[in-house]
Amino acid sequence: MSKSLLKVNNIEVVYNHVILALRGVTLDVEEGKVVSLLGANGSGKTTTLKACSNLLHAERGAITKGSIEYQDKDIANSDAYNLVKDGVVQVLEGRHCFSHLTVEENIMTGSFIRENSKEAKQDLERVYDHFERIRIRKKSLAGFTSGGEQQMIAMGRALMSRPKLILLDEPSMGLAPQLVEEIFAIVKALNKEGVSFLIAEQNAMVALKYADEGYLIENGRVILKGKAQELLDRPDVKEMYLGVGAEGQTSFRDIKYYHRRKPSFT
Amino acid sequence: MDWVYLIEVLVGGLMSGVMYSLVAIGFVLIYKSSGIFNFAQGTMLLFASLTFVKMTENGIDFWTSLFIAAGIMVIFGVVTERYVIRPLANQDLLALFMATVGLATFQEGFSQFIWDSDVHGLQMSKFLDIGLLDPAPIFMSDHVPWLDILIPKFDIFASLVAGSLIVVLAFFFQKTKTGLSLRAVSDDHMAAMAVGIPLQTVWAVVWAVTGIIALVAGLLWAERVSVSFTLIEAVMKALPVILIGGLTSIPGAIVGGLVIGVGEKLGEIYLADVFGGQGIELWFAYFMALMFLVFRPQGMFGEKLIERV
Repeated sequence: MSKSLLKVNNIEVVYNHVILALRGVTLDVEEGKVVSLLGANGSGKTTTLKACSNLLHAERGAITKGSIEYQDKDIANSDAYNLVKDGVVQVLEGRHCFSHLTVEENIMTGSFIRENSKEAKQDLERVYDHFERIRIRKKSLAGFTSGGEQQMIAMGRALMSRPKLILLDEPSMGLAPQLVEEIFAIVKALNKEGVSFLIAEQNAMVALKYADEGYLIENGRVILKGKAQELLDRPDVKEMYLGVGAEGQTSFRDIKYYHRRKPSFT
Repeated sequence: MDWVYLIEVLVGGLMSGVMYSLVAIGFVLIYKSSGIFNFAQGTMLLFASLTFVKMTENGIDFWTSLFIAAGIMVIFGVVTERYVIRPLANQDLLALFMATVGLATFQEGFSQFIWDSDVHGLQMSKFLDIGLLDPAPIFMSDHVPWLDILIPKFDIFASLVAGSLIVVLAFFFQKTKTGLSLRAVSDDHMAAMAVGIPLQTVWAVVWAVTGIIALVAGLLWAERVSVSFTLIEAVMKALPVILIGGLTSIPGAIVGGLVIGVGEKLGEIYLADVFGGQGIELWFAYFMALMFLVFRPQGMFGEKLIERV
């Protein structure tokens, strides 16, 4: 078993002191692995990622219980800047490109924490090698590029900090299936170079296809975890997340028991 | 029509426009990087120039005073970021605006409390031996025979200072790493944080730079209208300037300032009969700003909202 890179221990996250978003999420990203975090809207995927990258406080959220360890160090009291320096970087949901900056400037913002500007230039080339599509658009304003290109810009920008772990939030959002495959193929290629991934996705089929492990999250807690292939083969996952029934069509009423647990209010 | 007189009016307008631009740049910097409209810009000018004048009056020489005043403005900027802006980060922008209104009131009282509320004259020519600070104007007819106009040397000096400030700022924003991160922050706070740009540091830099610009603008204004409470009101002329030029554009602040400067001088001279008397200078700028708000709300050079369809 390889070394654990990121360990989330039973965290609880509360927004604005009242809204309970996560009520016990535990997960583990091992070095060199791609881990998918699956769930519906509002189940807590994004919150989990933001908790890991320390962006929660910007949205008035706070971790109230549990701990997050990165390379065996508690990072709950760190900040985003230091985390990026240590090698954890998040690609936000909905891309969030700097629309008034050019594509190249966008990517270069990712190198803010880097001291050596010569190395940054080399890394820029590396980013273009991975994302050929945006090389030709490097001088245009990022706001005018397509959704797929923006996703690539956002990922390229994150790569500039030479991360060990990328928290990728909903990379498939609003993209054509072909582009989604392209993005995930790049994820796989980067993974071969040694970057680990924690990916939050609604598109369970693709996410599990490219992942090593998967976690299912619902109502702020992890309800299922396992190897990606095992999850793909489970009948309940197939029905609820992949849209294919075990034997033809099943009524939703019959399958509810799979994942409803008694909510605990303790 | 008297062409020579027209040219003189134009030149006068451009020069006073430069003065507006200098103040407008301060507004634009903070708005660009944090989305905050800094109401305290005027009082920053007052505080900076008052600090400088009081020091020179106490016998400290020009450069030392300038240096100390700049230092105080930097400290003031950093403290403002730390104790006013940071606790309110990610709040409603109106809350931040109100905070700067509060800051303005505080600063107005504070600067007159620690220094005094007298009217101070400032004559930089007393300290600096630069030909351009000589009170005697340039008689253009000495150089160009048919051009019989006067240009105050100080106006040229002010334009040069403003010009070099703009060049430095443009370089800073476009070519340096810090400048790039400033532009990134102004575009999307959350994304900037996610890629590891420390927002707090960036904001502190912006407030410090704005403090220094306030000092430069304050000194030039003070040389013209003396250092006193009225400086704050003079600064209010910068509001229409940024509305016209665009809230997010430094070139816009420059052009807006020049347009207002020239516009109100021309209006005063040539439209006085139409509107039945003098005083056009007082409202002309605001009228133009109103027109811009109606027909081109982002201003001349403001960032258009990029929207994908």
